[in-house]
Amino acid sequence: MAYSDKVIDHYEHPRNVGSLDKEDGNVGTGLVGAPACGDVMKLQIKVSADGIIEDAKFKTFGCGSAIASSSLVTEWVKGKTLDEAGQIKNTDIAQELALPPVKIHCSVLAEDAIKAAIADYKRKAGKDDSAAAE
Amino acid sequence: MTALGLKTNPTSAPHTARRADVPVYLDYQSTTPCDPRVVEAMLPWFTEKFGNPHSRNHQYGWEAEEAVELARAQVAAIIGADAKEIIFTSGATESNNLAIRGVAMFLKDRRNHIVTVSTEHKCVLDTCRHLEQEGFSVTYLPVAHNGLIDLAELEAAITDKTAIVSVMGVNNEIGVIQPLAEIGALCRAKGAYFHSDCAQAVGKIPLDVNAMNIDLMSISGHKIYGPKGIGALYIRRRPRVRLVPMIHGGGQERGMRSGTLATPLCVGLGLACALSQAEMATESKRLLGLRTRLLGGLQQRLPEIYVNGDMDHRVPGNLNISFAFVEGEGLMMGVKGLAVSSGSACTSASLEPSYVLRALGLNAEMAHTSLRFGFGRFSTDEDISYAIDHIVTAVEHLRSLSPLWEMHQEGIDVSSVQWAEH
Ligand SMILES: Cc1ncc(COP(=O)(O)O)c(C=O)c1O
Repeated sequence: MAYSDKVIDHYEHPRNVGSLDKEDGNVGTGLVGAPACGDVMKLQIKVSADGIIEDAKFKTFGCGSAIASSSLVTEWVKGKTLDEAGQIKNTDIAQELALPPVKIHCSVLAEDAIKAAIADYKRKAGKDDSAAAE
Repeated sequence: MTALGLKTNPTSAPHTARRADVPVYLDYQSTTPCDPRVVEAMLPWFTEKFGNPHSRNHQYGWEAEEAVELARAQVAAIIGADAKEIIFTSGATESNNLAIRGVAMFLKDRRNHIVTVSTEHKCVLDTCRHLEQEGFSVTYLPVAHNGLIDLAELEAAITDKTAIVSVMGVNNEIGVIQPLAEIGALCRAKGAYFHSDCAQAVGKIPLDVNAMNIDLMSISGHKIYGPKGIGALYIRRRPRVRLVPMIHGGGQERGMRSGTLATPLCVGLGLACALSQAEMATESKRLLGLRTRLLGGLQQRLPEIYVNGDMDHRVPGNLNISFAFVEGEGLMMGVKGLAVSSGSACTSASLEPSYVLRALGLNAEMAHTSLRFGFGRFSTDEDISYAIDHIVTAVEHLRSLSPLWEMHQEGIDVSSVQWAEH
């Protein structure tokens, strides 16, 4: 299968690879997917006092499209508020990377990873909506 | 020229011209390049010697028939058969269909049971599935972790209703060699026909249909440096194996496979067999050397890699390795300088990893991380050195990106984590 140039670029030069301290109260971690399904993404965000995502890191086990999707979203979320980041849609990712239909699930997983990281951060910061309602 | 029509010294295979702009080919189980000697031998049969080998009226027909019969003898020779026991087909897929369906249909009033193995090629399994729908019962034998069947389980599976037992000689994904002689002896003792799909075995390991009590054997041209689109089926004459043909027509191939034979393809398959037979012993040693170097080179530089399938009962031109914590398709992209295939089926609609690796008891995760390396006649030492460097670089890169590798480094047992399935 032929990959798009953007997928190849992210695969060969992944942005923001690495890990943040998951114990840090300002860090939210999303771990989504499953090894048995062939992809796992770990996406971490570091949120500043004024609610801006100031850093993001990822590690991904998966095909080139999965790696590219997660690398791309680390670029996109940086500098965004949590609300803005939470609005990133899998279709935007798929379109930017020109993913073929069989790879759409990679972009879905990347969207899930952002949402999971945001939820983790909010839970830790005691800002979880559902926790507040309890 | 020798009696078998070899024009060149059979111990010195010419190299195919290597193209600089394409990956190193390490996918010899998928297909092989046609040997230039084979191509050369085929050419006249397309143009000036184009006669119909079934035309008995003139020289065009006679010379084509002679060429086809020489080829038939060459195919027979590599498996210890008589030329009269070989029919030409379009490939191993057709041979497998004809052998299993043909025998099953012939015996259907007396015997309605088939025994095969869960790691067979799709064309065997799918033929069996169709026969199940038509009222046959099929036993799919499991394999052990090394890919081999258990002979006691086979013995227990064969009943007086078993028409045919179909077990492949060599597996296309993991290269393991089934104990054909033992299986043949069991089938003979129990009165069931023994068919073996030897598409990956012919020319790679010594085969003798009589010593191994094989009643039907499938052969493919393009796996042994012959042309695509041709194969053969061995059908035993003593004791005689009868089958119902699938292709009806002019009654060629003793009525078992009608249609005008493709003279150039027959000539190509025949010479491909003769060359493989003549070169098997030296070639096996050379390939074993390449495999030992490839595996050793990888093991020396990469931790956490696992060979799939038995290492002792295995053809020398195959390796199948799981690279833990990196995903196979991602790895394929990383080794784009190599043409290999992956046990991960991320691109397939099913997202299911290889059923062969699953049958070995590998979990889906390890099946997803596997690559198959197949090398052969035109593979060189340099190819292997290049492959080692390329694979090590790619695996190290992908492990640096892998959250699973990170967890493993931190001492977390990845298989104990509760993953959300998706
Ligand atoms: C074990 C085995 N059987 C059968 C086949 C089918 O052979 P052919 O391509 O000649 O139909 C193959 C090749 O894919 C094979 O590896």
